[in-house]
Amino acid sequence: MSVNDNGTLVKVDAATKYFKRGSEEIHVLEKLDMQVPEGEFLALMGPSGSGKSTLLNLIGGLDRPTSGSVTVAGERIDRLSRQKLAAWRARHVGLVFQFYNLLPVLTAERNVELPLLLTHLSRAERKKHVDAALDVVGLSHRKTHYPKTLSGGEQQRVGIARGIVSDPTLLLADEPTGDLDRKSGDEVLDLLKALNKDHNKTIIMVTHDPHAALRSTRTLYLNEGKLSTEPAE
Amino acid sequence: MKFVKLVISNFRRKIIRTVLTILSILVAFILFAYLAAIRQSLSQGIDVAGADRLVVRHKVSIIQMLPGSYEADIEQIPGVADATFSNWFGGIYQEPKNFFPQFAVNPEEYLAMYPEFLLSDEEKEAWFSTRTGAVVGRNTAERFGWEVGDKVPIQGTAWTRKGGQRTWDFDIVGIYDGAEQGTDTTQFLFHYAYFDEARSFGRGLVGWYIVRVDDPDDAVRIATAIDDTFANSPAETKAETEGAFVQGFADQIGNIGAITQAILVMVFFTILLVAGNTMAQSVRERTGELAVLKAVGFTDSHVLVMVLLEAMAIAGVGGFLGLGVGWLMISRGDPTGGLLPIFFLPPKDIVMGVILVIVLGLVTGLLPALQAGRLRIADALRQL
Amino acid sequence: MFNWFSQIFALIQFNLRTIWQRKGSSAAALFGIAGVVAVLVGVLSIAQGFSAVMNASGKPDTALILRSGADTEMMSGLSRETTRIIADTEGIARSTEGALASAELFVIINLPKRSTGTDANVPLRGVEPMAFSVRSDVNIIQGRPFEWGRNEVIVGSGAVREFEGLELGGRIPVGKEEWTVVGIFEANGGISESEIWTDASVLQPAFRRGNSFQAVYVKIETPESFQDFKDRLTTDPRLNVKVIRQDDYYADQSTAITGLITGLGTLIAGLMGIGAVFGALNTMYSAVSSRTREIATLRALGFGNGPIVISVMVEALVLALIGGAIGAGLAYVAFDGFRAATMNWQSFSQVAFAFDVTPGLLVRGIFYAAIIGLVGGLFPAIRAARMPVAAALREG
Repeated sequence: MSVNDNGTLVKVDAATKYFKRGSEEIHVLEKLDMQVPEGEFLALMGPSGSGKSTLLNLIGGLDRPTSGSVTVAGERIDRLSRQKLAAWRARHVGLVFQFYNLLPVLTAERNVELPLLLTHLSRAERKKHVDAALDVVGLSHRKTHYPKTLSGGEQQRVGIARGIVSDPTLLLADEPTGDLDRKSGDEVLDLLKALNKDHNKTIIMVTHDPHAALRSTRTLYLNEGKLSTEPAE
Repeated sequence: MKFVKLVISNFRRKIIRTVLTILSILVAFILFAYLAAIRQSLSQGIDVAGADRLVVRHKVSIIQMLPGSYEADIEQIPGVADATFSNWFGGIYQEPKNFFPQFAVNPEEYLAMYPEFLLSDEEKEAWFSTRTGAVVGRNTAERFGWEVGDKVPIQGTAWTRKGGQRTWDFDIVGIYDGAEQGTDTTQFLFHYAYFDEARSFGRGLVGWYIVRVDDPDDAVRIATAIDDTFANSPAETKAETEGAFVQGFADQIGNIGAITQAILVMVFFTILLVAGNTMAQSVRERTGELAVLKAVGFTDSHVLVMVLLEAMAIAGVGGFLGLGVGWLMISRGDPTGGLLPIFFLPPKDIVMGVILVIVLGLVTGLLPALQAGRLRIADALRQL
Repeated sequence: MFNWFSQIFALIQFNLRTIWQRKGSSAAALFGIAGVVAVLVGVLSIAQGFSAVMNASGKPDTALILRSGADTEMMSGLSRETTRIIADTEGIARSTEGALASAELFVIINLPKRSTGTDANVPLRGVEPMAFSVRSDVNIIQGRPFEWGRNEVIVGSGAVREFEGLELGGRIPVGKEEWTVVGIFEANGGISESEIWTDASVLQPAFRRGNSFQAVYVKIETPESFQDFKDRLTTDPRLNVKVIRQDDYYADQSTAITGLITGLGTLIAGLMGIGAVFGALNTMYSAVSSRTREIATLRALGFGNGPIVISVMVEALVLALIGGAIGAGLAYVAFDGFRAATMNWQSFSQVAFAFDVTPGLLVRGIFYAAIIGLVGGLFPAIRAARMPVAAALREG
């Protein structure tokens, strides 16, 4: 894991993203600059449609900028081919989604195991990592359950376990508490906080809930494609 | 290997749909097996026709007889190894619907000409030495429960005995088996000498000749030579390879091949629709999940292969089970109760069936697999 | 009761509209059923066409006399003497020329079949002048009748179609001689149309038959007098014959083939039908599950279980009937009137016929489609009605 001399893990340079809807061109991000140092727990906030998820997708290699560059751990990911990007994601990024996105046909532990199937680890080694991840999120006792028998909060925690099981460089969370009640949401946020403080995981979290943002170490606001440290009016 | 588990786990989703699709494919392949067996049965004999045998019949009409003296002339022709004759008897055993083919032949020569008819040496000797002796194929023997030693009376229809008697008595001295699955074991063979001496007309005449040639590649030239030999005689001949002769009969029944082909095409087109639709539906429903897999790091190729494997697994389970069940059902024998005595599934059609299973899997899986491969993660996740 | 019907009506309208939305799986079930019906109707139309020829061949007032013990003309043999005795027997209708009794000779020759190029067996019938009065269906449509005593033949319209070289002026080699085709005849669609006719006195020497025949066809005075006529012949000590009604004779001939075709056709269509049921089940299950929430809402609103079940089955039935109609239509367009020929084992020769897609077959095909639709709709319909409403409202 290589970082810049000043400890920057993620560097976004003049990133621009347009979408085409029919004949219209929609500008979501316009020459955006951002830097995230290693070990930070960053919260990205802003009204809906402001482009937060889009920015997260660019950082996570889930999408490419229309122009500009995205560098993570010293690597220009906007230059990687789709194939290499997939391999890169498997190694470097953990993803947590708002709607958990667990595969309903797999048990909790099999869901957590998914990213490891892309490695060369043996079955026994994979099991070790999975058990460890489930332990961290406190769901070892539910590992043979299918998602439909788990509560929303439990499903999200399985999602987090999946996100950390391959020990990724970066953990990206898109509205992780968006679908949870206050109590489950708090459990999830505490978990993320612990991962950041105790395990030094760099986390970028998109959220529209100011209460969630309180747990972060820094908060940035995105409005109409522009970043600022202050919330919009 | 670890991905295989992932592929299999997808079957649990909407399991009824998966089972129904597999069942449709299973039924289609049972049908395929039956059609192959029916086609084989109706064009019986072409595959097992001797490549080195010719059939020589009267040129004008197959029901016209040929002089018995032709045998010597045929054997003189260069390239001919041996010749023998046969006579259609066409009698009735108990009642017309108990039909089976009966031939008056020269036993030693006939067995030499048809080495695929297997008889023990004792049975052969018994036949050669018993004038009223008859040898019958296992298929017909089992049909009527005949055993060696039984007496069988057959009513002549065209052939009456001198003195007007119509019943011909035979003793079963042997039961022959076929060397191959397709060999005809329905024939009832008896002595020409017994037949010729007792028949009330047509003495010295035979139905047709069977000729063995030294070199199968020479067959056409020899056939022409035979016809030339008897051109301008009162009984002109038409010689052709045994395969062509049998094919001619199959052609008279009709273009069975084309009909079965047409039905199979319809059936497969339909199955393709059903299975293809299921696959397409199943992939469409899973856009989100597939996006997640890609987000987590599975490549486009990974996802494409997974979907393709899924389609092939469904086709494989349905298809191979269908071929197996079809084969089992066919082994129970003739579904028409007597009209198709030789009924089995030829190996070449089994191979064809396997190929079709693979093709089915590929075709139904290809488009959905390509779509899954090309899926853009961000777009798919946005739509969630 | 009225409430029930109006519920069903409303539900059906709602359901049918969604068939278009699920084009893919609806099309799959629909074409599956169309395929089954097309194959069933197509294969059975072969049997239908074949037996139509046989049925057109027999007349209730015509009897056929063969040698006792013979099942077919080929197996039979009657001397000239015997045919005279038969012609003199009481009970035969008479015309100004005499008793309507026709002695006939039946052989087969080999000619190349147009469709395959290989030889096939054609019936060649030798007749006497009375034949044209007894076999009154036969009439010349092209050319002229053959002249008695000459090597001339007339050919049935079916035989012309099936075999090479039988047009007017064509020549058939028989031994060292050639026989010329001078006329083409029709026989009301009966089996004679697959035959070649000539003068018996010319045919006999060509085939070394001396002065013998094989069959005598007679017109009896009335269809009812058949039994008396038969008794007269069978009790005559000079004769050893068998007397059958012509229509019975042909009905027997067709049973083997039509039995085989019908048996195989039913087997094939049966298997296909099972496959189509699975296809229909698939479609209907997916139809029901994609509308879980809507169905639950309807039930929560008060629509009864009965109407829900019926509406789903009606949806399946409509799909199946459309598929059946398409299949039946396809079969009619593709197969009706298609000309073919096959081997009639009793005469060991070709019989020309046309595939016959009758209204009865079409109805049977559509009925079969309906059964498939009902079976395919039943279980999904029951499931739709039994889903627990509250859970279903949350799902979907």
